[in-house]
Amino acid sequence: MADAVISARGVGKRFLIHHQRATSLKERFLQTRRSKAEEFWALRDIDLDIHGGETVGLIGANGSGKSTLLKLLAGILEPTVGSVRVRGRVASLLELGAGFNGELTGRENIYLNASILGLTRREINRNFDSIVEFSGLEQFIDNQVKHYSSGQYVRLGFAIAVHVDPDVLLVDEVLAVGDEAFQAKCLAKITEFQERGCTILFVTHAVDLVPRLCSRGLVLDHGRVLHDGDALEAAERLRTLLGTAPDQSGGAAGASSALRITGVRMVDPSARSAHKGEFQVGEPLAVEVDVAVGAEPPPAAAVRVAVTGPADVPMWVMDAEEEHFEPNGNWTVRFFVKELPPIQGIFALAVALREPGGRALDARRFSEALRVIGSGEHGLVDVAWTIERTEEEERAEPSASRRPRAAGDRGRR
Amino acid sequence: MLSAADVRAAAQSRIRLELLANLVRKDLKVKYKNSALGFLWSLANPLLYLVVFDLVFSVFLKNGVPYYAVMFMSGLLVWNFFNLSTLSATGVVVGSANLVRKVRFPRVVLPLASVGFAAVHFVLQMLVFFAFLLVFYRAFIGPQLVLLLPALAVVLVFTVAMALLVSALNVRYRDVEHLLEILLLAWFWLTPIVYPIRVVQEQLVPKHLFAFFMANPMTAVVTSIQRAIYRYPVVIEKGAPVKVLATGGYSFYLKWLGVAAFISVVLLGIGLVVFRHMQADFAEEL
Repeated sequence: MADAVISARGVGKRFLIHHQRATSLKERFLQTRRSKAEEFWALRDIDLDIHGGETVGLIGANGSGKSTLLKLLAGILEPTVGSVRVRGRVASLLELGAGFNGELTGRENIYLNASILGLTRREINRNFDSIVEFSGLEQFIDNQVKHYSSGQYVRLGFAIAVHVDPDVLLVDEVLAVGDEAFQAKCLAKITEFQERGCTILFVTHAVDLVPRLCSRGLVLDHGRVLHDGDALEAAERLRTLLGTAPDQSGGAAGASSALRITGVRMVDPSARSAHKGEFQVGEPLAVEVDVAVGAEPPPAAAVRVAVTGPADVPMWVMDAEEEHFEPNGNWTVRFFVKELPPIQGIFALAVALREPGGRALDARRFSEALRVIGSGEHGLVDVAWTIERTEEEERAEPSASRRPRAAGDRGRR
Repeated sequence: MLSAADVRAAAQSRIRLELLANLVRKDLKVKYKNSALGFLWSLANPLLYLVVFDLVFSVFLKNGVPYYAVMFMSGLLVWNFFNLSTLSATGVVVGSANLVRKVRFPRVVLPLASVGFAAVHFVLQMLVFFAFLLVFYRAFIGPQLVLLLPALAVVLVFTVAMALLVSALNVRYRDVEHLLEILLLAWFWLTPIVYPIRVVQEQLVPKHLFAFFMANPMTAVVTSIQRAIYRYPVVIEKGAPVKVLATGGYSFYLKWLGVAAFISVVLLGIGLVVFRHMQADFAEEL
């Protein structure tokens, strides 16, 4: 299609695996007779059209060709067969701070690195303060980069990369580095790029991220496209492929056979036991936890359900009272939520059976068990907010400019 | 039709002078960081050469070349430019592995930056050399200096061509580096820098071998620069004429510069093709 921002046609990438690679002329000449290099197709028959503004998650097992595809699109590798076309300025976050020179200061590295990434001096001058501010390295910007901590190094690299003002953003697992605060910053920046209409393709092993961030998911398996479409389905396809589908996983190490969690269901409490996949903000919800009890009389235990959001941060936790389950039976414990809080998203459930002392007898995690959709406004949390405008008579104090000036009263709900 | 997006994409793969300048600046900064004398060090090497060679060839061996220092420096500085460019270009792609493997940018700027780095040194060393001439040997400054222009143009093209070739080849065959070191040593002595060209012209038998000797582009460049700076092919010393440079007027120099220019342009073509062909595999080979 003509208006695709990223397009790949019949792309294949072959690597030659030399068991003992000839890196010198001597070896080269001596090996000519037996230089049978093994062929390995990292990618095959890739046809891909990604349109402007799409966010595509690229997932797959290790060695499935994700990074190779990203490098082909980034123009770092060239395809063996087929063609790749990317329109617009590309920022590839393949490795943050690649090409930094330790001897140079942060300031000098900003100019050098941004220049390599395709920015002109004028653009760098314009963005310089913003880059420094984003990296949070104001105090160290004139220090040599070799004295930076690895975290500072990565932060500076990220700050430069996101200021390339890309049309296309290619991200490879960089979200896995850095502390939680930094990861949150990365995610926020990606959301910002999405809103700006930037086309994003990112490789991740955090499969949970894909339905949360992407409009489309792409699953690669042994160099071929296994799934191209709905992001949630993509995540499920990969889980099935890897054998980590939620129902097969779980079981805490040393889970007692006397007491096990066997299942969890999201249910609409008004229509009993009707399994429901999606809930509206403000709707009631029942969480049903199935517990199987073995032949031996189990110890006293309590069921705990933790609903967790991004990065497994608990949103809320529900604890049942301790009880003695009778042997040989299946029990269901129901938790009722009267009104779902105004937080949208796809949440995981961490369910545990705990002894009075707090030790878990069994624990299981159900990712993407609960989907909550809201009013369609942007953001994770629905906060009631209003806006007002006042006319100023004079602006004496400098802070005056920060006062709201928009008109109207925009109350919500 | 080119859209704005295509223009922005092109900016990432085109050779931009600004990027080149930034890379050269980086190399200079890195080289002279934390050194008190900084750039003055780059003058130390030619000065040391001058002292040693002057001692050996005009005092010990008494080669009888008047103003030997001027003749020697005319050839040495341009040779150093060529030598430094090619040697640093050899390792430049391999040395920038993490950049080449992870970032999209026009790779050809890497060897070009090596040449630029050496060019900065060359220009500054030449300026010092000319200041020296103005103070002590004002008589050498004359209209024949115009010959510098074609000579420098040729050496620039030739050096860029060599830099492209060796930087690309060294990625796959790492022994290019070692080969080049030996080659450059032999090349240095086969170029009339230390000894005057006249010696070769008169003593090389059979005579037709002289054409092969002159076909070395560096010889054409070095002798032309000597002609431009040293000025007099024949110097009268103590009443007797001493032949130093090749006689035969400017046509001799222009002819061989023409040959060198032809070789350089052909080599540049080969260098570009080889570099373009091999750079597709850079990210894999490193």
